[in-house]
This record gives sequence, structure tokens and C-alpha cells, in this order.
Amino acid sequence: MDTLEALRAELLEAVNAAADADALEAVRIAALGKKGRITDLMKTLGQMDPDQRRTFGQAVNTVKDELSALLDARKATFAEAALNAKLASERIDVSLPVRPERDGTLHPISQTYDEVVAIFGQMGFAVAEGPDIEDDFHNFTALNFPPGHPAREMHDTFFLQEQEGGVRHLLRTHTSPVQIRTMLSQKPPIRVIIPGRTYRCDSDMTHTPMFHQIEGLVIDKATHMGHLKGCLKEFVESYFEVSNVTVRFRPSFFPFTEPSAEVDIGCSRKGGELRIGAREDGCEDWLEILGCGMVHPNVLKACGLDPEEYQGFAFGMGLERIAMLKYGIPDLRTFFDSDVRWLKHYGFGPHDVPSLTGGLTR
Amino acid sequence: MKFTLSWLKDHLETDATLDQIGEALTSIGLEVEEIIDPASKLTGFITGHVLTAEKHPDADRLKLCTVSTGTETLQIVCGAPNARAGLKVALALPGCVIPVSGDVLKKGKVRGQESQAMMCSTRELCLGEDHDGIIELPEDTPVGVPLASVLSIDPVIDISVTPNRADCLGVRGIARDLAAFGIGTLKADPLTEGSVAGQFESPVKVVRRLPDGKDAACPLFVGRLIRGVKNGESPQWLKDRLVAVGLRPISALVDITNYVTVGWNRPLHVFDADKLTGTVIVKMATPGTELACLNDKTYTLEDWMVTIADEAGDLSVGGVVGGSASGCTEETVNVFVEAALFDPLLIAATGRKLTAESDAKHRFERGVDPESPLWGMELATRLILDLCGGTPSAVEVAGAVPDWKRTITLRPERVKKLVGIDVAPEKMVTLLTGLGCTATLADGVITAVAPSWRGDLTEEHDLVEEVARLNGYDNLVTLPLPRPSMPTPVLTAKQKTIRLLTRTLAARGMNETVTWSFMSSDKVAAFGGGQDSLKLANPISSDLDSMRPSILPNLIDATVRNAARGFADVALFEVGPQFHGGNPGDQKQMVTGLRAGKSGPRHWDTKQRPVDALDARADALAVLKAAGVNVESLQVSTDAPAYYHPGRSGCLRLGRDVLATFGDLHPRVARDFGVKGALAGFEVFLDALPQPKTKGGKTASKARSLLKASPFQPLERDFAFVVDSTVAADALTRAAKGADKALITDASVFDVYEGEHMPAGKKSVALWVLLQPTDHTLTDDELDAVSKKIVSAIEKATGGVLRG
Repeated sequence: MDTLEALRAELLEAVNAAADADALEAVRIAALGKKGRITDLMKTLGQMDPDQRRTFGQAVNTVKDELSALLDARKATFAEAALNAKLASERIDVSLPVRPERDGTLHPISQTYDEVVAIFGQMGFAVAEGPDIEDDFHNFTALNFPPGHPAREMHDTFFLQEQEGGVRHLLRTHTSPVQIRTMLSQKPPIRVIIPGRTYRCDSDMTHTPMFHQIEGLVIDKATHMGHLKGCLKEFVESYFEVSNVTVRFRPSFFPFTEPSAEVDIGCSRKGGELRIGAREDGCEDWLEILGCGMVHPNVLKACGLDPEEYQGFAFGMGLERIAMLKYGIPDLRTFFDSDVRWLKHYGFGPHDVPSLTGGLTR
Repeated sequence: MKFTLSWLKDHLETDATLDQIGEALTSIGLEVEEIIDPASKLTGFITGHVLTAEKHPDADRLKLCTVSTGTETLQIVCGAPNARAGLKVALALPGCVIPVSGDVLKKGKVRGQESQAMMCSTRELCLGEDHDGIIELPEDTPVGVPLASVLSIDPVIDISVTPNRADCLGVRGIARDLAAFGIGTLKADPLTEGSVAGQFESPVKVVRRLPDGKDAACPLFVGRLIRGVKNGESPQWLKDRLVAVGLRPISALVDITNYVTVGWNRPLHVFDADKLTGTVIVKMATPGTELACLNDKTYTLEDWMVTIADEAGDLSVGGVVGGSASGCTEETVNVFVEAALFDPLLIAATGRKLTAESDAKHRFERGVDPESPLWGMELATRLILDLCGGTPSAVEVAGAVPDWKRTITLRPERVKKLVGIDVAPEKMVTLLTGLGCTATLADGVITAVAPSWRGDLTEEHDLVEEVARLNGYDNLVTLPLPRPSMPTPVLTAKQKTIRLLTRTLAARGMNETVTWSFMSSDKVAAFGGGQDSLKLANPISSDLDSMRPSILPNLIDATVRNAARGFADVALFEVGPQFHGGNPGDQKQMVTGLRAGKSGPRHWDTKQRPVDALDARADALAVLKAAGVNVESLQVSTDAPAYYHPGRSGCLRLGRDVLATFGDLHPRVARDFGVKGALAGFEVFLDALPQPKTKGGKTASKARSLLKASPFQPLERDFAFVVDSTVAADALTRAAKGADKALITDASVFDVYEGEHMPAGKKSVALWVLLQPTDHTLTDDELDAVSKKIVSAIEKATGGVLRG
């Protein structure tokens, strides 16, 4: 037994002394391999008598188990160390810049379009469109601008070259010709908004030769000016995301509506910051935002509708203007400059889809 | 339209304050642009009395004054040459804000002498331009009272008048509108009532010689000779009013015409009768006449313009501007006064053609009161007699007042129906009467005759508007627009698609932009534009004179601008129209994008490279995919337009339809636009995209086809072929995919080699093919069979040879 005890001590010592996985494996083979010393001892069991065999066998097995456990433990330690060494060698500088990606943006006009569509869509307005190049009939005559009328002059119209036969087309000065196209092509009830490019021969600090309007048209048998006011009040409150905005109608003149109104909303400019809201909340200044009115009977007639039966309202506003007001963009001209710094700064992320349930703006 | 408060009060009896009047004007649609009230800036300024004025001990040009404020005596150093003892002055005390500078006055020392206040000039108080000396108040001015109380300050009100309200281009019309709204009462106007008896028959006769059918060009001309006038400077009150509204006083006769124009919306003209030859003739102009006019411009008249002439020739552009030769001067003794009526459209056309603007033209083109030539002549006569003396002739009248009377029926319930407000019919009558209508209510219907000065009131809805306006828009109800109980989708499939692919491109890192629909005709030719039909007749500038035939040139220009700012690597796109003709509808809706410069910033791991045609193709494919196109079925052809690089561009086709073009831009285009780096663009034709399938007008079912996911693992097999260099890689993958459609689900190229180990004109293309068994694991024989099919399909399609 002393020999077994000595062997145990020697082997455990050898296991502990193994410097690496290979040395450990050599120790294992020397002890537990086919010709290992423990294996050799096990082979001697056959020549012993049963009592001796049981006693000695148990003792050898104990040593064998102890040795195996220590070998496994040592092996795991070496494996862990090897892994750690491998990981250490794999280290990278995770502060290095990631592979480049571009951040794209939507133009504020595009985002504002989506916002306006979300609001009016909820009220049942579809989106109607029409051509940028228009004829005199749709842009003026059908909208109750008689030929030669000074109101036409107010529009600073861009004309195309005169065609054979004296026809002179123009770039639409407003989105209102699409009102005519809509009323001529579909039967009331009509609820449409009409966003689009419009053109005026005008360029200075606050005017660009091209800009965007968004127009609204409702035609049915009962909608009156009170609904117009309500509709616009709901729009400005939704759009500016303010629970209460004071809306003021002022009499005005547009050939295609009567009665006509300019619409002001309550605002405050205290501290150089524009705030839109209700007069009772300190918004005591006025901000002109759009023009509107009841569709003129002559316009209805031009579209084959009987003004005794049908009526409705129309309104129009500048998309850039409402975008500037909401997002604090100072200069209209910058909208069309394609300056990437501007596009990135004032633009919107591709996933910021406005909705009334999810909120128009983050 | 400018006027002063006192001028308004000549016509309006009211206790309303300036602020109340301003608010009322805006409320009735006469929007106040500005109210200039110098008195509002004189808070704290008082009157003073100069007791002594001695020379400053240390300055030759300064005076040391003692000035009484009524309660104390102040020492003031003053540089004004007119500062002297006894003068009543305008005094600014410390704390006063000097209007001209906005500075707060403080006590100070001037050349060692204390100055406790300041004596002001008219310029310093924004009351005039005089700064040669301090204001000299009348001797009887009380001392120590607020300065504003002793100055005759007349606030100026500037309103914008909409084109329909010609009647409000005169102060009296504005007064009438305010009175109808309830701000005071309209005063009587004796100057226009009754007539001034003529003392003799006018030797100057008037005839209308208008061609047949052109009577309306000038339906009425009223003239009168006034003899023995003394023309000279106008009295101060008249000059003050004209100056206040921005007119230059010239002489009493001319000033009277301006006064009547602004005060009563009645343009007049005065001829020096001694410069007239015989009869005054209303006629169409003699074409080619060069007429030097009172606005120091010379106009060439055309035969459709109306002129006032005499027997020697054309004298004035009727209704627009008078000629210099026949105009009044300081020496005028006998004046011939014209009060006429002109066709608004003719005046508008004349003014436009001559690019002439005048107060008369502005009013005539909007339509003046057809009765006004008659009363206007009496008004003018009285003013001339009053200010210049003289003896009036009997009135010469050619033509007649056109029939202007219109009877309009207003059903009161229409107000409720259209405007949504409850107004008693009796109140409607009152409001309309206030405007000058003769209105009566009988059998529940209002019958109104609009006054002569309201040519804009012709139909029932015009009266509905007037009732709503004078009842006050603040009294409109606010009702929500009735709406569907559940919102339904409102965008068309195409509109939805456009929104989606806009966001798709932004998600790919591109910046959406918006550029002009027009551009320089110098630049359009390369892009298929420049036709006359696309050119603007009146461009705002020569670099914006042609409708764009493509969005690409605008985007190229944008990259040039960005590069000039130091940002050469940009990725821009725009959704918008391009034009191929000058008629409505000659436009295509496009999504066009352009990448410029490098693929990205310099990076430690990712190699920077120039953008290229494949970037552009990837963008185009992403757009098409977002638009619902099955991009697998697209074919690439190499016939893109000539503004692309001929060897690095292509079209994406669905059958015969070109859905998109893409490629590097042609180097010549890049050079012409001044671009240094790489440019790769794409254009997607939105109108060419296949429309979503519909069934009987309804959208197809949203249900997807059933997924059949195979339980067997897919296998990947690689092949390499030697093909001619000109063979498109696409042809190989297409052939591979077609070799066994049931089994082969995908294939793509992973290597292309062309070079020294290849014969000239040949390249090696390696591709992987994905096999997806569906009902059993493939046997080796089956694998061999499908491989052979692939090889033979590719060989057949491309003439290629499998590499050993």
C-alpha cells in the first residue's frame, strides 16, 4: 500500500507540475494510458485473491478517480488560459470609427406635405394633382378672373412662348386650376387637398419664382363658412401641435371665392421667439397664414355645377410658409438651394413618418 | 392707399380713437398696412420758453441757454443758429426717447457746461426734414404742456385695398364703409352737391370721335373752362395732406386734381386752355404719336389707346397720364378741367403696354363711379374757385352716364345657408343701406339697388358677402367639418408609392432636394431640351428661361454649388416633374438622383472609391423595388441616353418599357458643368411603373401566397466560364436561373477576371448557384444532371466554355 500511496503522491505532483496542456497529456498517458502505471496496476488485479483484489482494486480506483479529476481540472485551467490568450490576441480598438454610412433626409417641403395630408386625410380629403403648365381657362377664366382684369396682374404670371394660333400657355400661378379640373372630372361631394408647385415671376428676400401651395376644396350641398372656420381651426391646431389656437377671419378678395377671407392666427413674438396659440394664453399678435372663402358661384357654373344646389369652400396656403413657421426656418430662398448642410439640418429622417396617432413630429 | 386721420374726419363724424379706427378698417377688409402716428413718439416732450441765450464761454458755435419748463429753469447747451431768447421751443427732458435715433436723453456736459435738456428740430422728432434749427413754436404757445397737444400732428393711415373695392380708393369711400360698419356717421358732402352756375358758354367744345363699337372706351367726358385763375403754391393744409400721403405738391391746380383723386376717388386732368387748339376731341390715338408726358416719360401711342386730343393732335394718354405740352404751369390763367370716364379694361391694357403707372390709371382700371364726372366737375370747380379764383364756364358734356342701375334680389336665408350666421333681414337692410344701396324688405325678400360707386355689387352673393362683412367676421360660427366616423385611406396607389420611395432613398443615405422647374437654356440641349415650346416668354432671368427636360442638370448644378462650399461628396435626389412639351400634361413625374465624388469619407478599413454606375443602379433598383416592381424580372440594356457615359450606363426595362436609366454621367457633361469628380445618376419614370393589379375596381386581396418552406437544406454550387468580354454578366445568371426553375432559386456572380491569364477578348466569370430541393435530399446523380443543365444553358446563352 505504501507503494500505491507513493505512486499517488508522485502522480499528483506530476499533474500539478505539468506546465502546459502537452505536458499534462504526457502525464495522463504515463499514468492512465494503455501502458500507464495505474493501468499496469489494474492489470495485476487478476492475479490476486478475491479479498485482496477487492481491497487493492478499490484503493487503485480511488487513486485513479482522484488523478482523473485533477487532470480534468488542470486541463480546464489550461484551456481557459489558452482561450484568454487567444482573446487577448484578438483585441481590436473598438473606438475606431465604424464603417461609414450616409444619413439621408427628406426635404422639409416633403415632410410638411406628409403632415398636411395626415391631418386633412383624417377629415376625408383626398389628394388631387394637376399639371404645372396650364392654360388660361383653368388658371384664370374658370376661376372668375375675367380677361384683362387687374386681379390677373397681381399674379405675376410666367408665360410660355406663344404657339401657333395665338395660344399662350402659362405656368400655374396657384394650385387653384386643379379645383377646376377636379370639379369637371368628378361629382360632388368633393373633398380634396391639392399640393403642388406654383410659379410667379417674382424674386426677392421673401419671394421665389417657384414655391409650393396647398389648396383645399370642399363641395357639397351644406358646407358653409362656419365649417370653413372650424376646419381651418382644427388644421392649425393639429399642424402646429397646439391645443388651442385663436383663428381670425378678415374680409378679403379673391376672384374665385365670395365671401373671401384672409386668416390670421394668434401668436406671440415675445423674446424673439414665435409661439402660436390662443389669445387667452398670451398670443395676442396676429400672423397671416392663408386665404380662403366660399367657392364663387361663377366658378361652380364654369364647372357645370348649379350654385343654387351646390356650395362649398376653398382655401390655399404656402407649404414653405407653414414649414418656416413651424420649424423656424428663416429664409424662403434656402429651400431651393440644395445646400447639403441645410438639407441635413432642416431635413427629416426617413423613418419620421407623421401620423395623427403617432404624432406629427418627434 | 394712404390718408390722414383729419382727412378721414372731413367725411366721418366719429369719436373713435385712432386704434379703434385701425382695428375697424382691418375688420371690414381694408387691411391696415401701417399707421404712422408721430405723436405716439412724443411722450414726455413738453413746450419750453427760452429765457436767455448767451454764447457758450468755450465754443463759438454753441449757445448757453436758460429755458423755462413752466415749473423750473434749466440750463441747456444748444448748437442751433436760431436759438434765441423769447423763443417757444420743443423740449426733450432727460429720459425722453429721441424719435430719430431711438436714444434716451441724459443730462450731460458740453464743453464743460451742464446741459439739462434738449431743444429739438423737426427732424429729431420725425416730424419733417428740417434740421437747420430748432422748432419755433407760435409765440402764444403755453409753456410746460405736452408737446403733442400744441402741434398739429396728423397721423397717416396706410391700408391695402383689394381690387374689388375701387370705391375705397378715395377717403370718402373709406369713411362710408366705416360708417356702415358702425364707426361714426358719414358727413354730408356739400362740395359735390348741386352745381356751380356757368358764367359763360365755354368756347372750348368737346366732341367724342370714337370708332363704331368703341363708345365704351370713353362713354362720358365732362369739361369746363375756368378763366382768370391765379395758379401758384397751394395753401399749407393742402400741401401737408398731399405730402402726408406721399404726393409732391406742384401747383394749386395740379394739387387740386390730386386732392380730388385721393379724397373722392375722382381722377381729374387740367389743361392750360391757352395751349389748346380748337375743339377737344376724345378719340383713338394716332398710331406712332410720341407724347412727352407729365411724368417725364415719352410714350408711343397705338391706335387702340384712347387719347384726349385737340385739332393739332393727341394731348394725353386718356385715363393714364397727361401730356407735358398742354399741362398747367404757374403761368396758367385759363384752365380747362377734364372729368371723364374710361373703359377699365382699356386703361389696364394701355397701362400695361406703356408700362405706365399712375394714380388715375390705378383707379380707372378698377372702375370709378360712373356718376363722378358730373359731381367731380362741380367739386373741382368749387376748389379751383376757392383757391385760385376765376370765372367758370358752363359745363361741356360729351357722351352720357352709362346705365349703372342694377336691382339685386337677396333672399335672407341665403346668408344662413352660405355663411352660417343668423342675421335679421331688417338688419341686412340697414347694413346695405349704410353702403349706399336702396334696399327694401318685402315678402321676405330684400330688393336692393347698388349705388353707382359699387360696380362690384352685381348679384345676390355679392350682397351676402357685404352682410357677412359688415356683420363682422368675428361673429362667424366655428363648426367642425362633419367627417367619416373612421378615417379611410385617401392616397392613390401612386401617391402612396411616391411617399414610400422618397423615404426609401432617404434611408439609403440620399438627401432629398427641391430645385426649380426651369433652368438655363444653355444647359438643356444635352438633356434633350431647349425647344422653343419649352422656353418661357418672360423668364425671371436668363439662367431660368427653359422648362427642364430632366432633373439631372439641376442636380449637377447643385453638386457644383456644394463642391464650391467644400462639400464635393453628395448624394441628392428630387421627386418632381420634367417637361417635354409646352402644353398642359406635357410632363413626366420623375424620381431622379445623383451621387457625386467619393463613396464615402476616408476610412481606416473601407476603401474610398469614386461613385459609379452600379451605385446609381442600386439606387434605381431600390426605388423600383419600393414601388412594387419585381426587380428579378427587370432586364438591363445598354442604350441609356447620350448624356450618360456610353460604356457605363444602362436602362432597366420591364419588357419593352424603360422604367429607369442609370449610369456615370458623360465626361463631356461633367466638364461643361464644371464638375471635377465622379458623377453617377439615375432617373426613374414614375408614370411607366406598372400599376397595382385591381379586380373590378377594387384592390386585390391583401393575402399573401402560402409560404412553402422546404425542410431540406439548400446547396450551393460554383461554376466558372470563359466568355467573350462583351457578354453581360446578367446573361450568365439569367441562363443559370432558367436552367431548372423548380430547383434553382438564386444565382449570382462572385468573380470576374480579365487579364494576362486570359486570351485577348475573353474573361472568366464565376458564379454560385443555389439549389433548393423541395421533397428529398438530392442524390449525386441528380446533382450531376442539374449541373449539366446549368452548364449547357449558359453555354447556349453566352457561347461560354466551362473552365476545367
